[in-house]
Amino acid sequence: MKEVSYYPGCSLHGTAREYDESVRGVSNLLGIELHELEDWTCCGASSAHCLDEELSLALPARNLAIAEKSDRELLVPCVACYNRFKTVEKEVREHPGRLPTPYRGRVSIRYALDFFCEEPILQEVKKKRFKPLCGLKVVCYYGCLTVRPPKLTEIQEYENPEHMDRLMECLGAEPIPWSYKTDCCGASLVMTRTDIVKKLSGRLLSMAKEAEADCLVTGCPMCQPNLDTRQEELEKETGETYNLPIFYFPELMGLALGHEDVLKWLGRHITDPVKGLQAKGLI
Amino acid sequence: MSQKENSFLWEVVQASGEKLQACYQCQKCSSGCPVAYAMDLLPNQILRHIQYKHRERVLSSKTIWICASCYTCSVRCPNNIDIAKIMDTLRHLAIRSGFPPGEKDIPLFHSVFLNTIKSKGRIHELSLILQLKFKTRDFLKDAALGWKMFRRGKIKLLPSTLRGGREVREIFRAFEKGERR
Repeated sequence: MKEVSYYPGCSLHGTAREYDESVRGVSNLLGIELHELEDWTCCGASSAHCLDEELSLALPARNLAIAEKSDRELLVPCVACYNRFKTVEKEVREHPGRLPTPYRGRVSIRYALDFFCEEPILQEVKKKRFKPLCGLKVVCYYGCLTVRPPKLTEIQEYENPEHMDRLMECLGAEPIPWSYKTDCCGASLVMTRTDIVKKLSGRLLSMAKEAEADCLVTGCPMCQPNLDTRQEELEKETGETYNLPIFYFPELMGLALGHEDVLKWLGRHITDPVKGLQAKGLI
Repeated sequence: MSQKENSFLWEVVQASGEKLQACYQCQKCSSGCPVAYAMDLLPNQILRHIQYKHRERVLSSKTIWICASCYTCSVRCPNNIDIAKIMDTLRHLAIRSGFPPGEKDIPLFHSVFLNTIKSKGRIHELSLILQLKFKTRDFLKDAALGWKMFRRGKIKLLPSTLRGGREVREIFRAFEKGERR
């Protein structure tokens, strides 16, 4: 059994609860044991870096110092946390001694999508696949921080990434090409400039529909709610029909691997994903 | 202090570590920017104004707060200027400048966000939203959506209590006292 440290981050204990539940569920099926970091605190997310650079390094560094007590890799499902952790890693490499917390930069920080898209895990998924997601047309939506900036993410194909597409193929789904894989949804502006988020997310939904997708898949706890929760509101304003389920990638992994809690996870979505899956005979 | 060191351009270059003098106005940053339509100055114009040392024009712009930190500009700049990072630097300078911010609610959101971390150690979304509503006096916004999310178990009512909270408060206190700067 593989063991990794786990930093869920604040969103996964709240609005992105089904992301946390599905990462845990899928890890369990794949024989990966998650050790949640003891006493973790917020990484500063999308706000600390806007107001104070030193603070934006100190907050994530505290968590990395906790993770450094063990030799395990650190699994991070939230891209905002991931971005902050990788920023600290780069800072430690380039300016050692700058951080207030003693962190030596020895933790291997793994974003959950990258982690689950590695070849040995893909092989394992194929082997344990219980119900291939035949006929499910998905658009893979990577968003911003999963791939950018490449100096932190080390993703080569940051304009046209394909790793999530490969994962979807392994699940038996049909990833379809589209041009909006890495466009921004507006992220944390949702609380203050909701108009911007609605405009950007609305465009993503329209383009996913134009590509004739049945659903959209993401690995970001900001993108998912931005795309999932405002469809009804947008439909009233634009007259378009979306009704597009927005999945976290481990939810679809859980479905293909036959996890028993899938319906509980999907029951937390605002745009109902169950009917569409039933129509395809996948639930 | 020499005239060069005294300039706004020098200040931004020093604080960001980015050589923004290299910008030759190809406008690739602005053409790829997803939120350019909502900005009062386009990203390339921001860089030009910095080169011209227009401190107040830049630090009181909407643009620096509207930027969503998506890094599209940074990865496409032919001169390798990390424009998203410069936006962060400009926000830091704007907070300290005393100029009224071009966008009122966005910096307010960020400071409420940090206050929540300071008091609880983690972000408790409900506390964050309620504090923001008290500050903006916009109580009805997204109330129906909030109810739907609550019914689906997505809203945690009480914050977690953790030992690390005290350490986080100490981190904040050190910064507030200026020990780390």
